[in-house]
Amino acid sequence: MKKTVFFGALAVAGMAAGVAAAGTLDDVKARGKLNCGVSTGLVGFAAPDANGNWEGFDVGVCRAVAAAVLGDPTAVEFVPTTGKTRFTALASGEVDMLARNTTWTFTRDVDLKFEFVGINYYDGQGFMAPKSLGVTSAKELDGATICIQTGTTTELNLADFFRANNMSYEPVPIETNAEAQQQYLAGACDVLTTDASGLAATRASFENPQDHIILPEIISKEPLGPLVRHGDQQWGDLVRWTLNALISAEELGITSANIDELAKGTKNPEINRILGTEGDLGGMLGLDKQWAYRAIKAGGNYGELFEKNIGENTPIGLARGLNAQWKDGGLIYSPPFR
Amino acid sequence: MSSMTDTPRQPFRLSMLIYDSRYRSITIQVVALIGFIAGVAWIVNNTIQNLATLGKSPDFGFLLEPAGYDINQRLIEYHSQMTHARAAFVGLLNTLLVAVAGCVLATIIGVFVGILRLSKNWLIGRLMTVYVEAQRNVPVLLWIVFLMAIVSEIPPRPADFRSGEAQMLFDSIAVTNRGIYIPEPLFANSLGDVTVLKGVLKDSFYFSISLDLIVLLAVFLGGLVISGLIKRRADRIQEATGERPTTWYLRLGIVFLPTLAVLYMLGFHLGYPVLKGFNFTGGIHLRNSFVALWIALSLYTAAFIAEIVRAGIMAISRGQTEAAAALGLRGGKIMSLVILPQALRIIIPPLISQYLNLTKNTSLAIAVGYMDITGTLGGITLNQTGRELECLLLLMLIYLTISLSISSVMNWYNERVKLTER
Repeated sequence: MKKTVFFGALAVAGMAAGVAAAGTLDDVKARGKLNCGVSTGLVGFAAPDANGNWEGFDVGVCRAVAAAVLGDPTAVEFVPTTGKTRFTALASGEVDMLARNTTWTFTRDVDLKFEFVGINYYDGQGFMAPKSLGVTSAKELDGATICIQTGTTTELNLADFFRANNMSYEPVPIETNAEAQQQYLAGACDVLTTDASGLAATRASFENPQDHIILPEIISKEPLGPLVRHGDQQWGDLVRWTLNALISAEELGITSANIDELAKGTKNPEINRILGTEGDLGGMLGLDKQWAYRAIKAGGNYGELFEKNIGENTPIGLARGLNAQWKDGGLIYSPPFR
Repeated sequence: MSSMTDTPRQPFRLSMLIYDSRYRSITIQVVALIGFIAGVAWIVNNTIQNLATLGKSPDFGFLLEPAGYDINQRLIEYHSQMTHARAAFVGLLNTLLVAVAGCVLATIIGVFVGILRLSKNWLIGRLMTVYVEAQRNVPVLLWIVFLMAIVSEIPPRPADFRSGEAQMLFDSIAVTNRGIYIPEPLFANSLGDVTVLKGVLKDSFYFSISLDLIVLLAVFLGGLVISGLIKRRADRIQEATGERPTTWYLRLGIVFLPTLAVLYMLGFHLGYPVLKGFNFTGGIHLRNSFVALWIALSLYTAAFIAEIVRAGIMAISRGQTEAAAALGLRGGKIMSLVILPQALRIIIPPLISQYLNLTKNTSLAIAVGYMDITGTLGGITLNQTGRELECLLLLMLIYLTISLSISSVMNWYNERVKLTER
């Protein structure tokens, strides 16, 4: 009997997914709200503030998409997902898109049938340890107890790293970032490992951030980006080009401050195309001409989002590094709008 | 032409299936069965089709792929390059370990608490009531998380042992916030291991059994059997002559001396945990997650078992106690010789379901990061491969098998202690 109920639930989930895949854009418009899967709370990337409003770098992407589609950056229903539940949430249609520090990998893209629409943060896995431990390199971690978030690429990278360096370790699998912090601070593990950006964000929320160091080794490539279900190309294009609009906006100098000015028309045709004063790129996406204008206006361009949420003037204090525009020596690069 | 006297046997007509009460009930059942099967088939088919559209047709091939992740607590050899099936097997053994340990501890605590709750001592009786109510009425998940918080926040860190802030108990047990390290038995002249199932399914299910352990068990059990023979001989002599020969030293000797001799020959010694690098090494490491899960599940289930035991005892009429007392038996003897053997018949059937509950509750292990089968097969493997349906079906099958095995063993025991009616 149990089996039947289980199959039934699956079948229902399957049908829901089948329906949702038909036209996510229409669904979102009909619902009047974008369901966006975010992390359960990682300061700087996605976390509710004191008033319960979600804010952060990933949240900014959700809001930009909502602004482009619905004209209202606040029309977003944030669905907190753990490392384990995120893919099921997306596959089942519970969320329309995931913006949750998710690493773009081959299997996730191909085997799990998702569509990564771009990269909004180039990251790598690092280690954080208390200064009192006296460790300065990840190569000195032989025999250490390491807290990892389970269900992520980090535990695979970790296994590979220690295997390659012929060291042993004791993994302590942990479900959420909050529990990981608690275990780490209680000293139940020597070292905490996750994406370097996540470590910086976690450290920023500690009482004494200066007592902890992030070890210099970055042991993996973690290109993080938003993703959607495979099969709905229109929706995938929409999210992809919303992200690209934010990136191009920074490159072309469109900011939330001067956007109204520029929207009246400029001499730069690409700016005009993005902001809808020339051509009809929005129409090709199934939106109006002003879509990108609203997306950029919602939280500013890529650089503004970065500086406001995780940049050097925030407690998280991440440098642009690889995430600078290509003109400045980084990897952030948007295909042209034409 | 003879006339017919009997009413002729009516030939079977289709309408009889509905109008004839002899057939009607069968017709209804057959129709219902067909409907049920069709319904199930539709749902299964629908699921498979929908999964196929998502590009996920059921396939168990992933089980023989390398798992890629490490597991901290492993009773058998495992590393990250072994298969997903191997990881699941490691998880299964972890599940069984905590289930068996939990059932044993829960029974011991449960029986004591159940009896003590009937105590005439007001304080003890009330304390046990408080224990039972507190455990029964709070979800077990909370107890597990609560105990985990206690064992990871309160004990000292390994580093505190180095600076001398914390001391090992008896120089051999280290209680740290990463778990408890206890000495391990080691054999200097070990006989080695026997490895079973090596090479089957990409080495997914092989395991080693220590020959030392087998020899020790064989010698010990042999001693027990001989001791039983001595007892039977003593019984015979007592029945024949009325005098019982003194045999206790013989029996004690035959059980323990050969075992001790074997231990000596194998070079038995204890390996003590030593602080080395970041952590203690050597000894047996009872991880926080294991301790928290084990204790929480045992305490929780023990509360139910205590109530079952109490009910069983209270179901034995008071006259039995009084009769036993009249024969001159003391309180403890009355309990162990008269009341408990009879109460067992009532206690065992509900006890089975408590064991099953405990076993199924071990799947809450994920809350504290204990790598049981739900954590490996239903957690990391499911996540890394994205094969939800296959993993969950396998998981359900495994839990079903474990539960049915427990019930059949307990049912067999129940048959044995059941009142034989003549």
